Amino acid sequence: MIKHIDLGSVLRGTVSERYTNLVTRPTGHAVRGAIEDIIVSRDAQTLTVIDFSHVGLLDYSCADEIIAKLLQRFDARHHADAPETAYFVFRGLNEAHLEAIEWVLQHHGLALVAEPLDGEAHLLGDVNDDERAVWQVAWRLGGCALPVVIEHAGIDASRAEWALDQLHQRRLLRRDADRFLAVHPEA
Amino acid sequence: MTTVINVPQSLDDSTFEKVLEQVAAVPADAKILVDARHARWSSPYGLTALLALAQTRTEKAAFSGPEAEEIASYWQRAGFYRHAETLFEMHGHVPRARTPGESDVLLEITPVSHSEDVHNVVARIQAKAQSLLANLNIESKATMGFAMTLSEACQNIIEHAGTGGWVAVQTYRWKQRLGRRVVVIAVCDAGQGFKRSLESSGGRPASDRWDDGMALQEALMRGVSRYHDPGRGQGLAGIRRYVGRWEGKLSVRSGTARLSIIPEWDEDIPLVENLPPFPGAQMQITIPEKLAR
Repeated sequence: MIKHIDLGSVLRGTVSERYTNLVTRPTGHAVRGAIEDIIVSRDAQTLTVIDFSHVGLLDYSCADEIIAKLLQRFDARHHADAPETAYFVFRGLNEAHLEAIEWVLQHHGLALVAEPLDGEAHLLGDVNDDERAVWQVAWRLGGCALPVVIEHAGIDASRAEWALDQLHQRRLLRRDADRFLAVHPEA
Repeated sequence: MTTVINVPQSLDDSTFEKVLEQVAAVPADAKILVDARHARWSSPYGLTALLALAQTRTEKAAFSGPEAEEIASYWQRAGFYRHAETLFEMHGHVPRARTPGESDVLLEITPVSHSEDVHNVVARIQAKAQSLLANLNIESKATMGFAMTLSEACQNIIEHAGTGGWVAVQTYRWKQRLGRRVVVIAVCDAGQGFKRSLESSGGRPASDRWDDGMALQEALMRGVSRYHDPGRGQGLAGIRRYVGRWEGKLSVRSGTARLSIIPEWDEDIPLVENLPPFPGAQMQITIPEKLAR
């Protein structure tokens, strides 16, 4: 299942019709609550596209409240019992958002899938070279098993296996038996 | 008996200490008259700190504004009188309120006590910040960082002061110290200050020494917050990064100490202690015009 959340609409619907900027912790708290209400799904895997296209500024406090806490909730490295039902792609990010997002991701050791409107999807945040390499293979191919990843990423089996496991725990890749699947809205 | 507190001709973060030296000798429930008749200039820090000073008095303070018409008029345009009239017992001439026009006041003195105030401040500054920063030869992508810095500075009041405060943004040519144009953000409150804020949740480090200077260092240099959430404390860190990137200066005063992040162009002292006591926190962020290389 794929859900699309226009964050600008959520902001205006949740906090105030007049607002275009995601600033302050109370605003972030309210917006994250609204997102969680939308994505809550205990049965099916859900890919949620969170669209920043209609958001002006994003400050550190709001980025921490919305993005860091949302990702942490579903990251198995932060919560051993994190559900495998929620995956995210962040769309429409621009310079007004990236500074705060990159800072909070690094601060908490988190990462996310960013899909610019006019460019290639990529990982943002705290990822190492191996994780980035295997993620790119999975994204390009849509999905693949370990031998294919090893072949395309150019790293040995133990490193590739470790990187795939990390990405899965962080909900940056989905897993279906022995295959790793990109969290691709068009997949 | 009323004690007259003389406001220096030039009122900024440095000379405001002379005001506080005089006030420190007077109990909060004693009458004071803040005499700014001879003031010729004030930074946004000076104006917002005067309002914070009024908030600390249990006996309503009296105020006499600048005698020079152009100075009084400027203080009016900066929004000082609008708030001063509710906090002080006004003496002497109060300039007539005018419709705001084009001026170097980027953000007139604005009260901050709720999240909504921060939204309004950020929205107002965004409209002006781009042209302002272009005038300072600072690239346009700095605009968002400037608004974020302002947002985080204002949130410091909401999250930690326990009371409302004030914010103002202004640009001017800083002849004496720098010889360049600067944009200055001043955020002042008379709340509980950094030391009490950290004490309120056991944020105090295990150390024999614990005072305002150390509280400022914990918060500003080490990102310690009264909240145990690991995401807290990033606002001040973000302000530091922005100020560092644009070779700016950040000063935070709280209680009896002031801690500054000092750029090459300034010769201030990083940590000044044993200042006259003053409640709350007073922050000044100075971003200078960028010189062509």
